[in-house]
Amino acid sequence: MRWLLGKDLRILRRSRVLVAVLAIYPIAIALLIGLALSRSPGKPKVAIANLTTPGATVELGGSKIEVGRYYSQLFSEVQPIKVKTRAQAVAKVRSGEALAAVVIPANIAAKLSSVLSQAQLEVIYNGDALQQSVVQSKIQAAVAQANLALSQQIRKLAAQGIDLLLKGGDLSRLGIAQSHLLGLEEAPQVLGEAIARLPPGQERQELLRVKELADFAARNLNISKDVLATVGQPVQVNSTLVRGRRTPLDTFAVVVAVSISLMFVCVLLAAGGVALEREDNTLARLTRGLVSREGLVVEKLLLAAGCSFLLALAMLAGIGAFVTLDWSRVGLWLAALAAGALAFGALGVAIGALTREVRAASLLAFLLSLPLAFLALVPAGAVAPALYDAIRAISVVFPFKAALQALDAAVNGAEPAIAGSLAHLLALTLLFCVLARLGLRRA
Amino acid sequence: MSGETAVLSAQAVTRRYGERVAVSAVSFDVHAGELVALIGPNGAGKTTLLSVLAGVQSPDEGSVNGPAKARGVGWVPQQPAIYSKLTVAENFALWAHLERVADPKDAVRRMLEQTDLIDRADEQVGRLSGGNRQRVNIAVGLLSSPAVLLLDEPSAALDPIQRERLWQFVEHLAGQGTSVMFSTHNVAEVERNARRVLVLHEGRLLFDGSPEALMQAAGRVDGIDFEQAFVAFLAGAKV
Repeated sequence: MRWLLGKDLRILRRSRVLVAVLAIYPIAIALLIGLALSRSPGKPKVAIANLTTPGATVELGGSKIEVGRYYSQLFSEVQPIKVKTRAQAVAKVRSGEALAAVVIPANIAAKLSSVLSQAQLEVIYNGDALQQSVVQSKIQAAVAQANLALSQQIRKLAAQGIDLLLKGGDLSRLGIAQSHLLGLEEAPQVLGEAIARLPPGQERQELLRVKELADFAARNLNISKDVLATVGQPVQVNSTLVRGRRTPLDTFAVVVAVSISLMFVCVLLAAGGVALEREDNTLARLTRGLVSREGLVVEKLLLAAGCSFLLALAMLAGIGAFVTLDWSRVGLWLAALAAGALAFGALGVAIGALTREVRAASLLAFLLSLPLAFLALVPAGAVAPALYDAIRAISVVFPFKAALQALDAAVNGAEPAIAGSLAHLLALTLLFCVLARLGLRRA
Repeated sequence: MSGETAVLSAQAVTRRYGERVAVSAVSFDVHAGELVALIGPNGAGKTTLLSVLAGVQSPDEGSVNGPAKARGVGWVPQQPAIYSKLTVAENFALWAHLERVADPKDAVRRMLEQTDLIDRADEQVGRLSGGNRQRVNIAVGLLSSPAVLLLDEPSAALDPIQRERLWQFVEHLAGQGTSVMFSTHNVAEVERNARRVLVLHEGRLLFDGSPEALMQAAGRVDGIDFEQAFVAFLAGAKV
């Protein structure tokens, strides 16, 4: 077997284009993924026409909020191009300099202050459907954030006013000359003392009614702050994970990228290696007693698995320069990569055993691998239950999903546990080796 | 016959592909030093019979008895079965190791001399001409110094000069005691080089004897050559 292995490595070394692709591919993918994950997505260029007068404020309950603080929220989510008029904003969008424009109308402060009608922003879009979708979501998210910030400010001011009513205090900060206001909480006691000094009669009865009102108002205004908080944010989300992955999206993306690369390199190498024996007409010469068919399957499997294992490991290490990975789990990485490489190698050898030419083997390997990767990533609930069952069945008999789960468990400690995935991969290795052996019966 | 000992023996060998019978109950012996030609029209079953004798395929019925199959029987398929990305010398070395030749280095040197490809030893086989590739292909079949050499249309890709050298080489092998069995469509080669002829038609062995005996079996008429006699024989067999 070692002579065949040596021969295949020599042939591989002489296939310079293939070696270059195999060497450059994981490096390029590692760099791309690393850069994509380590740098935030670029902010879209958006023209902003702020038609409000500088320093415009929204006045609520005697307090003033600067409108500038509201739209600074918008600016933080985009790359703003400041323009003076709506026409200039439209021109920027038309010329393609900006993907969208936001026009802040001059009456925004008055509308916000009135509390009777909603203030409105105008958004003008450009670009293709995808770009529009991205910009639209960014702006909608920014507007939602700005609205939330504004509503929190209003709530804070309202709460201050309620506190003043309840507890009393200094009114001079509201621009009112009287220096001290009696709080509702104190009012019943003050009224009680005054009532006690009055003789029985109509005047005393009327003051008692006022005292009851003060009692009632003090009790109910106390809960109005909670009511305001509820109105400002009616739904609050508390997340509880019952079942599923806990892997952050960026490290899961790393695992997906490494698994896909491992699969392509391994399946293509193994399939091509076996098909090359047929293409060179050497299979019959080898298997007439010089090398057993089982030996040939194992040799091609080891070659493909070995090469792809090293490349995938290099890729994982390369991505590790950009994304924080737990290197103390490296032993598990090696086990997952090795088991995945063996299963993919066995699949590749089985594909190669079915074909007569390297080109046909490569095409078949590619056509089979790509949908397998795609299917394995379809989440439950994204398709009809029956279709999802079919996808799960396909994912069980091909190694991609098991390899992905093994690597996810190894790198991220995700569930299911790695032992089950490793056993699954080894079982698939055995199955595809048997199929490859049967395929090689045809000399 | 050049020797008395049967080094290769086919007993009622039958090989089927599905419903089609490619070789039907063929029996014959090959003796040491014999030079046997296997002829027949296209689809007669020549390649199938040679691959069964070489151990590439197993017979569905009957048996093949001969030397330890892989190393005792040299097999040279019609299409070169060598690695096009390896050099001539690397091919010889690899196959010598796989054949477990006692001294692979010596075998490589010997084959480079025999094929007259010493100057091109380091050239990749894929860059050689069809004729030179076939010389390497034949030489690989000889690496283990087999007692029996099976050649499937060995001269098909060779020019006249290369063909002449091939037959000199084959004659030399037979002279040293190697039994050689070859298939061909070139009937003139059979008349010139073979001591014995097997005629295969639709999987059945129709004739086993010397070229002269085939002429007689065809009903020798003055003026007709061996090829015409062979065609006449096949025509008579069909009737």
